[in-house]
Amino acid sequence: MRQLAQGTVLPLAAEVDRQHRFPEEAVRAASEAGLLGILIPREYGGAGLDALAFAICIEELAQACASTSVIVDVHTSVGSEPILLFGTPEQKQKWLPRLASGELLGAFALTEPAAGSDAASLQTSARRGGDGYVLNGTKVFITNIGRAGMYVVFARTGEPGKAGGISAFLVPAETPGVRVGQIFKKMGLHGSPTGELVLEDVEVPVENRLADEGQGFVVAMRALDSGRIGISGQALGIAQAAVDESRALLRGRGREQGDDFLLADMATRLESARLLAYHAAWLCSSGRPFTREASMAKLHCTDTAMQLALDALQLAGEEGAVSGSPFERHVRDAKALQIYEGSNQVQRMVIAREMLR
Amino acid sequence: MDFEFSEEQVAIRDTIRELVQDRVAPRAAEIDAKAEYPKDIEKLFADNGILGIPFPEQYGGISGSSVTICMGVEEIAKACATSSLILAVQALGSYPILVAGSEEQKKRLCPPLASGEKVAAYALSETGSGSDAAAMKTRAKRHGNEYVLNGTKQFITAGSVAGTLVVFAQTDPDDHHGISAFVLERETSPWQASKLEHKLGIRGSPTAQLVFEDVKVPVANRLGDEGAGFKIALAVLDRSRPGIGAQALGIAEGAFDYALQYVKERQQFGQAVATFQGIQFMLADIATQIEAARHLVYRAATKVDAKAPDLTKIAAMAKLFASDMAMKVTTDCVQLLGGYGYISDYPVERMMRDAKITQIYEGTNQIQRVVIARSLLR
Repeated sequence: MRQLAQGTVLPLAAEVDRQHRFPEEAVRAASEAGLLGILIPREYGGAGLDALAFAICIEELAQACASTSVIVDVHTSVGSEPILLFGTPEQKQKWLPRLASGELLGAFALTEPAAGSDAASLQTSARRGGDGYVLNGTKVFITNIGRAGMYVVFARTGEPGKAGGISAFLVPAETPGVRVGQIFKKMGLHGSPTGELVLEDVEVPVENRLADEGQGFVVAMRALDSGRIGISGQALGIAQAAVDESRALLRGRGREQGDDFLLADMATRLESARLLAYHAAWLCSSGRPFTREASMAKLHCTDTAMQLALDALQLAGEEGAVSGSPFERHVRDAKALQIYEGSNQVQRMVIAREMLR
Repeated sequence: MDFEFSEEQVAIRDTIRELVQDRVAPRAAEIDAKAEYPKDIEKLFADNGILGIPFPEQYGGISGSSVTICMGVEEIAKACATSSLILAVQALGSYPILVAGSEEQKKRLCPPLASGEKVAAYALSETGSGSDAAAMKTRAKRHGNEYVLNGTKQFITAGSVAGTLVVFAQTDPDDHHGISAFVLERETSPWQASKLEHKLGIRGSPTAQLVFEDVKVPVANRLGDEGAGFKIALAVLDRSRPGIGAQALGIAEGAFDYALQYVKERQQFGQAVATFQGIQFMLADIATQIEAARHLVYRAATKVDAKAPDLTKIAAMAKLFASDMAMKVTTDCVQLLGGYGYISDYPVERMMRDAKITQIYEGTNQIQRVVIARSLLR
């Protein structure tokens, strides 16, 4: 894993960022190494590994290139795992081998312009029609947009405004009416395409509905619980890169105690974040409740990544702020992590709710 | 403490505020996206006397007060950090002349700057001597009535567009403090500049590498005595640091104004995001930090104007605190906008990228801590 990340993914990172291009070679290498099926059981062509192994793989990738890590993370976790967790045997048989092999890239389409943190208020509609559903609506901030072969789409089959009125659908990208809207120009993660998914009279057969009607929000929340372990892994990777680069920098110049103390604080904070994330991953792997711990890990790891990226850039000074330097890239990449898959404000809501119920 | 701005200062600020709203704010996103020096904004500032703020009236300017400079920089930075640097660097590049120049030098060198006909820049940093100015390698050798300069300066803001450049160089190779300050005028002492194209932030402000190959400077353009350069450099940074504090303050205020409006309008869970207590606490913390930084910045600027004995310490504190504040506040403002904060259709991600450099330039914040500790332990 480390060999793949450092040997193939890392050398592309600066270019992918500068050119805003999809890291084809890195994703292909990840696919060939079996990374796209980390969580998928062997019977479906995956590696059948657990959440802890998944977190470690994503961490290694993110240490090399955050864009590549988010592409693989979203595919593996929220883009594939819902089928593993909620799919019928037929659905698993149909989709998982193609996702595990990398033939299809997965994506997760929940967020809408007016439904961000308040995902339950989503308005995309799924009306019964013929022997299936007809989907209409616009999703935003969709990772792997335009690259995914299949989107897990959440749409309303029931009462407006209610979580219980939402259902989940597996929508192949080539379905008529599925269109890529605006691609967002972002502060960081330039290699990972993010944008709008527009659904216009998209016909989806009943066999592509994941779980029962009205169970969509449950599917989404469960997918995000383990998704947060992946985001924690991304954060740890960026933070580790910031620490490693800071260490190399300080070794090459005169010692100042202020810098030494900062490095010590950075490393200590990273270690605490890593243990928190691994603990959440272990709880998940061993079948125990892990919602609260996954949220704590996402909150603490991503705040840590942001702070450590800023600290490392401060140590590097002006030379670190010039484009092409990993220091400034880490700062731009890290910020996304505090926002996506549940902003850190949502994580606090989840943690407090779990504690106070 | 409260700050009593003079009627004149308030009038200058109001003029700038209006110009910024009408002419600078609409350009800010484009300046960042294209990473191009906004020559039009420089001209706007020249035409409206803004580039004359750093100079007293007797040298063709309109103020010369650090407080006024800070007010101007803050107002501009609310909308566009790159544009605010045009005024901040005009002040930085002029301070050496105002602080250490003879009456003849001030009368000769200041008016074309004060009128905005030219912009100034300040060339101290070199590769390997960013925070350690005494390790400088650029040399100035005297031949009769002129000096010949050789060397390379790194990370010089506006070094490629300036008409007047203050350069620090070694005049006594045996003494590492043997640094002298020179004023180069582009027409008579041309230097070469290559622009560093891409940066995290302040992308429209050209950060240049300057190369001096046998550049001749008349002795009449040496500021102060030979060997006085290091002292001049430090005295200038003492005076310019509140300006960077003001820039940081403006960036933070610009981001906060936007984010505050956004959370009042953005609806989630059937109510405005601003009605959630978790968000309200963030707003309260941000506003408190901005207020604290504002007072420190203007206290420092007031001390510069009063030539107070402890201005070194307070100026360093203002720069340190305001820039750390701006980094934190802009990062939080991106957070308040959620996913929209992260994309370039909204201004806060640019402001976050712009904030970072305020912790680094004109003395990194590590250097500010060294300066503060040194003055505490003296």
